Amino acid sequence: MTNQELKKIANQVRKDIVTALHSAKSGHPGGSLGAADIFTYLYFEEMKIDPKNPRDPDRDRFVLSKGHTAPGLYSALAERGYFPREDLLTLRHVGSYLQGHPNMNETPGVDMSTGSLGQGVSAAVGMALAAKLKNKDYRVYTLLGDGEIEEGQVWEAAMFAGNHALDNLVVIVDNNNLQIDGTIEEVNSPYPIDEKFKAFKFHVINVADGNDFDQLRAAFKEAREVKGQPVAIIAKTVKGKGVSFMENQVGWHGKAPNDEEYKIAMADLEKEA
Amino acid sequence: MAELKKIATRESYGNALVELGKEHDDLIVLDADLAGATKTGIFKKAFPDRHIDCGIAEGNMMGIAAGLAAAGMVPFASSFAMFAAGRAFEQVRNSIGYPHLNVKIGATHAGISVGEDGASHQCCEDIALMRTIPGMTVIVPSDDVEAKAAVKAAYEMQGPVYLRFGRLAAPVINDRPDYHFEIGKGILLREGTDLTIIATGLEVGYALEAADRLAADGIHAEVINIHTIKPLDEELVLASAKKTGKVVTVEEHSIIGGLGSAVADVLSEKLPTPVHKIGVRDTFGESGPAVELLKKYELDGDGVYKQIREWLQ
Repeated sequence: MTNQELKKIANQVRKDIVTALHSAKSGHPGGSLGAADIFTYLYFEEMKIDPKNPRDPDRDRFVLSKGHTAPGLYSALAERGYFPREDLLTLRHVGSYLQGHPNMNETPGVDMSTGSLGQGVSAAVGMALAAKLKNKDYRVYTLLGDGEIEEGQVWEAAMFAGNHALDNLVVIVDNNNLQIDGTIEEVNSPYPIDEKFKAFKFHVINVADGNDFDQLRAAFKEAREVKGQPVAIIAKTVKGKGVSFMENQVGWHGKAPNDEEYKIAMADLEKEA
Repeated sequence: MAELKKIATRESYGNALVELGKEHDDLIVLDADLAGATKTGIFKKAFPDRHIDCGIAEGNMMGIAAGLAAAGMVPFASSFAMFAAGRAFEQVRNSIGYPHLNVKIGATHAGISVGEDGASHQCCEDIALMRTIPGMTVIVPSDDVEAKAAVKAAYEMQGPVYLRFGRLAAPVINDRPDYHFEIGKGILLREGTDLTIIATGLEVGYALEAADRLAADGIHAEVINIHTIKPLDEELVLASAKKTGKVVTVEEHSIIGGLGSAVADVLSEKLPTPVHKIGVRDTFGESGPAVELLKKYELDGDGVYKQIREWLQ
């Protein structure tokens, strides 16, 4: 797929995110928008998947360890054809299969139930280990927040993945530099992130602009060539990317736009398209 | 009573895993640096490639187990009850329980019979924690025969299971031709008319001992072995309570939230009956030889007998 095509899809994913959140009247726009290009790249370019056969045992897997950005994942899944786009309007509503945080038993295409930070990465490690034990060649991707990696379990998982040389595992850190209580430096800095993963025997790829498809393409291509080590892609992203008043604003971590804000957000995204 | 053969149920766990491992390639055993103590080391010796030591990181081990199960394997995640149910509670709840993944948790060293290691390692809260998780099956085997049957049944069912094993060698009480294990089905061990003693795990043997003593006093106790705390065999509990009108529960666990609470929940809603809960009385344990601790906390045959006599007065 060309960058132009990917950009077009990512723009639609962003519109879907904002629309779903506006309908839900709650949720997490900042991280969902910031990682929209990563979701798009994974589901439209990188992963070996089939929306018609979401439980294929040989498929690549994706674990959204930062489960609160479920609207980003759901929008990418809908665009990819796992379920109708209109259903995104049911996000967070009673009875909906689109829960506030991902539920693997309810939503087609969701590979692991997540939401409690730090836990998804361990499940991704388990899936990668299963592939090694069963001699299967599927790959496992997981997306972590840069605040999330303050959780100790992330490093328990990293230690295990490094020691077991899980080269079918790609850990992506969504490095938007913001968490609920402020910048990640202000709260409890996990920097230097790359050096930490290196110390845990990962092959580390720094991506200066994780909202740029050329750079994402180069990173995932490099990741595929790594043997004998798990890969960590540290992608610098802009939280709230694409919506002018949400970009780099910590206040937009976890609240939905009201009617007026929704109009502005959609106009911003329309302009970009 | 003739001297019975004694085997710790953790030993049964290790042996049962080996038997299952021979038949099933998808069975994987995880441990957190306690393979010698949890007895998964026995499995490791037989199947080194299917024994994964996760190191001292129980939360991560539960997550890895979830990932393995999501990819179609049947992991047995093993540690002490304190760390499996306690430290890793939230991982068990969110990564295993919520997605209802096919993970089996083998928790050894439960209760005060851990002995000399003391209170920090004597988990008396695990049944309470695990039975509150929706969809979690909770099994507390009473001896070697039952523990092996439970491990096999846990493998054969789909969904998460918490298996509680002990460190102390327990008398083998179920070695008889008509013994039959079924998840969720209690076992009537002795018929009686004056009261019902419902016991689980190590305490089943002591409950039988207490019933012998009571019989000598002219009190005829019915004894039920509830190996599955969840789902509880309500039918058996209600039928016996209806017959005797008095119920005593016995467990090597806190009297808050365990077998006693599970039984009281059912009886208070469906057949209000006087219940006396025997167990660890809202306190931490302490160091000492297991047998001496069971005596001090009145959880051996003598202690159970005395507590029942007192309550009946």
